[in-house]
Amino acid sequence: MHNKTITELAKGLRAKEYSSVELTQAYLDRIKKYQDLNCYITVAEENALEQAKLADSQLASADSALLTGIPIAQKDIFCTQGIKTSCGSKMLDNFIAPYNATVIEKFNADNAVMLGKLNMDEFAMGSSNETSFYGAVQNPWDTDTVPGGSSGGSASAIAARLTVAATGTDTGGSIRQPASLCGITGLKPTYGRVSRFGMIAFASSLDQGGPMARSAEDAAILMQTMAGFDTKDSTSVDRAVPDYSAGLNNSLEGLKIGLPKEFFSQDLNNDIASAIESAINEYKKLGAEVKEVSLPNMKLAIPAYYVIASAECSANLSRYDGVRFGHRCHSPADLNDLYTRSRGEAFGAEVKRRILMGTYALSAGYYDAYYIKAQKVRCLISEDFSRALSEVDVLMGPVSPSTAFDIGEKTDDPIEMYLADIYTIAINLAGLPAMSLPSGFADSKPVGLQVIGNYFSEDRLLNIAHQYQQVTDWHQQTPKGFE
Amino acid sequence: MEWETVIGLEIHAQMATKTKIFSAASTAYGAEPNTQACAVDLGLPGVLPVLNQEAVRMAVKFGMAIEAEVADYSVFARKNYFYPDLPKGYQISQMELPIVGIGHLDIEIDGETKRIGVTRAHLEEDAGKSLHEDFHGLTGIDLNRAGTPLLEIVSEPDMRSAKEAVAYMRKIHELVRYLEICDGNMQEGSFRCDANVSVRPKGQQEYGTRAELKNINSFKFVEKAINIEVERQIDLIESGGTVVQETRLYDADNNETRSMRSKEEANDYRYFPDPDLLPVEITDQLRAQVKADLPELPSVKKQRFMEQYGQDKETAATLTSSRQLADFYETVAKESGCTAKLCSNWVSVNFLGALNKANLEIAETPVNAERLAGLLKRIADNTISGKTAKQVFDSLWESDLTADEIIEQQGLKQITDSGAIEAIIDKIIADNPAQVKQYLSGKDKVFGFFVGQVMKASQGKANPAEVNKMLKDKLK
Repeated sequence: MHNKTITELAKGLRAKEYSSVELTQAYLDRIKKYQDLNCYITVAEENALEQAKLADSQLASADSALLTGIPIAQKDIFCTQGIKTSCGSKMLDNFIAPYNATVIEKFNADNAVMLGKLNMDEFAMGSSNETSFYGAVQNPWDTDTVPGGSSGGSASAIAARLTVAATGTDTGGSIRQPASLCGITGLKPTYGRVSRFGMIAFASSLDQGGPMARSAEDAAILMQTMAGFDTKDSTSVDRAVPDYSAGLNNSLEGLKIGLPKEFFSQDLNNDIASAIESAINEYKKLGAEVKEVSLPNMKLAIPAYYVIASAECSANLSRYDGVRFGHRCHSPADLNDLYTRSRGEAFGAEVKRRILMGTYALSAGYYDAYYIKAQKVRCLISEDFSRALSEVDVLMGPVSPSTAFDIGEKTDDPIEMYLADIYTIAINLAGLPAMSLPSGFADSKPVGLQVIGNYFSEDRLLNIAHQYQQVTDWHQQTPKGFE
Repeated sequence: MEWETVIGLEIHAQMATKTKIFSAASTAYGAEPNTQACAVDLGLPGVLPVLNQEAVRMAVKFGMAIEAEVADYSVFARKNYFYPDLPKGYQISQMELPIVGIGHLDIEIDGETKRIGVTRAHLEEDAGKSLHEDFHGLTGIDLNRAGTPLLEIVSEPDMRSAKEAVAYMRKIHELVRYLEICDGNMQEGSFRCDANVSVRPKGQQEYGTRAELKNINSFKFVEKAINIEVERQIDLIESGGTVVQETRLYDADNNETRSMRSKEEANDYRYFPDPDLLPVEITDQLRAQVKADLPELPSVKKQRFMEQYGQDKETAATLTSSRQLADFYETVAKESGCTAKLCSNWVSVNFLGALNKANLEIAETPVNAERLAGLLKRIADNTISGKTAKQVFDSLWESDLTADEIIEQQGLKQITDSGAIEAIIDKIIADNPAQVKQYLSGKDKVFGFFVGQVMKASQGKANPAEVNKMLKDKLK
């Protein structure tokens, strides 16, 4: 059962080959069996079986949603009423939200089953899942390596078949990079397409939730549920949601692909470069035309991102003060002691580093030089993309400069770690949608192809991804030991 | 040396919205602690602010009323600081691009009109309240007030005395209530003010170093706090010291200001645009709506009262001091059809006097405009005398009856029948020969005695004008 797609599982449920309870139990058993991967922070066994039972009673109904009774899992950044939402931090190890994130509400409305809450870098700050308070997550393709981050638990769980699909969030590459490193399919939607309400904020102007699955076809199904305007999120966009599955089989004849030359510099690993090249050739065979384009300000993306994201996070994380919820130090001597010890004890090193960077960048006398300058760079980068996307339909390139690296390899070198997002960060600054597709292996580790589209072109991106997956089987590969 | 005082005010007016500025929680005052604070007000993880458009509309209304530039595009920013009653660790406020830009307001001071500049007015959320008593050495936090919409109105340093500052504050207070954007309740903290105070030698161009007096919540205290601070600064400079830029607190009990924190200790608030909120766009449609909705402003109304009703400046100012009172007056005038003088007198003297005595707001008046008009009609048509009218008014205040019903029940109808009055007069003259003699020998004062006797005999119901006229004839 665990190798089936959502569409296949939905058929199986309706054909009564198995019930949602049985299906859910099968996944729960697998989660237990492979718990060393450390994908889940919370396994919501009881809750999942209850949901499955309810779903079974709904399945007979003609208008039951496609996701009815399908077990999926949620990144532990989405607030779930009554079930711990830790955001990968000691700070929220005791936090149980009194409300559901809008995304969770939408999955509940479709009667999907939630297996549990997935591991992640602390407050989504990281590219390897190693900053999690709950420990590193292993990549099933090589358990000595990281799954990427911050949605590392989501990517690893999907690759290891511990869920059929999951949610992720992407602030600078947190859906695409782990998808790439774990050989699965991930979509980072246009900023504003998916509600951020109840999705714990890291950097509000960059954060965007999206689906992660084995195939584009499954990602389209999740996206259908997740997308849409939300009155509770002022930055969500009031715009009709297309049918993401309807156009999956559209032809790619005449598709114009742009290859940004900045994505293919000499720094790019040769094996990755050749995997990307083969993928582009597949697209040519499908009728696409390819031309080189340029994003001249790409090199400014990482510094601009680390100013903006850190500035926003420094304010977003101020609410964790030990006063109303979350970790509080023992017997504080006074107010200042309460603040400094509660925060000092419960935030990890990477989170502290970013709060400090952001606080510095916003300080009097530095604001113009850092924050304002970074916003100007952000505009330039957006303009680069607009220019490029006026010439072609989509841009393609690698997701990550490397395949999965060893656990512990980069933890002492934050700059090296930040460079892991060199190809993904600019897309968040521009607010564009982008996907990561499995497109081969380098040194027996998965390589991801990145496809970047214009605003609100998620349907087209899914179509482009799906057509590739009709002529390749990279997305169907299973890591050894997890068949 | 002669010193000049320079004052600028920052007034915080709570916008009279039903719900908070970024959440759907109620803004009603006086609820049990933390019963009107939802997840957004508590700053729980994952929650997001959604701007209350009504607060924006009210700010625009204020901007239009002070003839200010109302921005097409304005931005909310985060003001970062840690405090237990500030749930998010930042306050959503506005820094660059406030909703309301440069405007002005005219005040009256010693019969002169003075224009006070308004630098800006911006929307922000209020913080919660820290309760330091009753928690055994701990501090209690009440977040009911957190997220309440405030309009911070910043003036230019245009005021030169505490008196001017109070006049300006009163004017803003009157205006926000006129516009119905703030209830103006100072006890409940709906209207409060910070004062920036400095002194300089008279004639000097540059401003002196200022101190900011925080959170003063009455007109009386504003005046006292400024005066005492000015005195402190002058004494300090004259004894060779220098004023430092700092925040000071006014202690009403000891009538002194005390240092709270110096500029060096001041927070770096690290303002930056709030990425959770889109920039606010003030559309032409909203402008048109607000404009159509704008009431006649106090200064315009006052001018009109003087012209239309022939009132003197003072009466017009009294009657237009609140929109409700002005409306009350105009209803009385319209319903009664009486002269402006009669209506003005009755509303500004008798009616207001009774309200003040009973310590009631106009909304709580037991005598509405229609009932008062009913009384004035009976004065105008001579059914009752002015003196009897006061008695009827007291009964109006105490009962639900109309003036006509009271006059009828209590038999207060004035005697205008000249035959009846003549009979009384004849009797009085016959009974008081000595007084008649005195009067006829030139003692004009005795005339008053006759009038009094006639009125007494008629139980006050004789028409005084008629009595006067007839007495004069009889006593020739």
